[in-house]
Amino acid sequence: MCLAIPGIIRSISGDEPLARMGKVDFSGVIKQASLACVPDAKVGDYVIVHVGFALGKVDEEEAQKIFEYLKTMGELGELEGKPA
Amino acid sequence: MRFLDEYRDAGLAQKLAAEIHRVTTRPWTIMEVCGGQTHAIVKFGIDELLPRQIELVHGPGCPVCVTPLEAIDQALEIAAKPDVIFASFGDMLRVPGSTTDLLSVKAQGGDVRIVYSPLDAVRLAEQNPGMEVVFFAVGFETTAPATALAVFQAAQKKLGNFSMLVAHVLVPPAIGALMSSPGCRVQAFLAAGHVCTVMGFGEYFPLAEKYRVPMVVTGFEPLDILHGVLLAVRQLESGRAEVENQYSRAVRREGNQPAQALIKNVFQVVPRKWRGVGEIPLSGLALADGYAAFDTGKKFGLAVRQVDEPAECLAGLILQGLKKPHECPAFGAKCTPERPLGAPMVSGEGACAAYYRYRRHGAREMAGAK
Repeated sequence: MCLAIPGIIRSISGDEPLARMGKVDFSGVIKQASLACVPDAKVGDYVIVHVGFALGKVDEEEAQKIFEYLKTMGELGELEGKPA
Repeated sequence: MRFLDEYRDAGLAQKLAAEIHRVTTRPWTIMEVCGGQTHAIVKFGIDELLPRQIELVHGPGCPVCVTPLEAIDQALEIAAKPDVIFASFGDMLRVPGSTTDLLSVKAQGGDVRIVYSPLDAVRLAEQNPGMEVVFFAVGFETTAPATALAVFQAAQKKLGNFSMLVAHVLVPPAIGALMSSPGCRVQAFLAAGHVCTVMGFGEYFPLAEKYRVPMVVTGFEPLDILHGVLLAVRQLESGRAEVENQYSRAVRREGNQPAQALIKNVFQVVPRKWRGVGEIPLSGLALADGYAAFDTGKKFGLAVRQVDEPAECLAGLILQGLKKPHECPAFGAKCTPERPLGAPMVSGEGACAAYYRYRRHGAREMAGAK
């Protein structure tokens, strides 16, 4: 029920903040979603959509953190594994 | 799909699992709150990657499962009325009420429609001015802003033929209730990511402190869940009980403030009965007095009838993490997704449905092995 998936905003319509709608592209499937609660979202931003409603923007910088962490973990592992 | 596929990388998952094995020295019990996380865990076999000492228990985070029987019965009563279009999310349709379910009401001629969004139900009301449109509003804090917006829009458009049967529930009071229950074995929580996208995670600091329990806000993909478990285990192993945010790509500490403002404007916090669990103080949302005209219960003068849950269904124990689905004698025999005894077998997020779908052939052996 709390399933929400990320998609990219292709276009935005509506001027009044609570009536703002966007066409959001989920890997080729395009659906209308309310952008009422993501006032700073622009075309090209990724938003997380649940029941036709954008819950928030995806923070692209934060999204990379886990991979950077895994990378350092790998490097540390290699260091530990090397003979002294 | 970007921001999904890369979090399903098997090699990286193995790496995280190896790190969890490395840091685990003792047995720990961790509860994932959200049913979406439960499904990912069972579907991808994430629990099988973990050390034997780590037990994941499944939490109450399935709104369909915890919607009280009384609310389902009210939905059934309304949906059977001739001048009503009853709009609901699809997963409510097979949930058993005390005598029947919404799908059967539909088969008998009730105008029951599946909608993707509460905003679609508002459109139905606009398109069908001669009919009463009732939306069945279930869900956690994740769903509440969308239903709040639907009520707000209906009020703006002065739609006299739209109302809502509201059964929204709130996660933090349920965590408090679980931790206060005498049989509770949970030592750490993976908090539900999308609930926190809306609400932030300020509410979890007092819970972590009061119950000395680590709380890790966690996403829904395999790498997220493994990373959440790793952070929780590290805290447990070092005796910390802090709030951490694994799901920082979608969750900020303060949450989504416009969404919180919408919820606050349209709803008020009330006590709510959770199916299989009982009443939890301040754990539900009902329409605020200013929106009483959109309250289905008031509009139709619905009575609340106390009803008993079927005795052979262990849903309450399963929702509290005290039993696993395969430990229920009815599992896979008297209770299947086609003929469910309880809601956790129906919902796409119910723990019983997850075990039935992904584990049923091994379930009996698992029950024997435990």
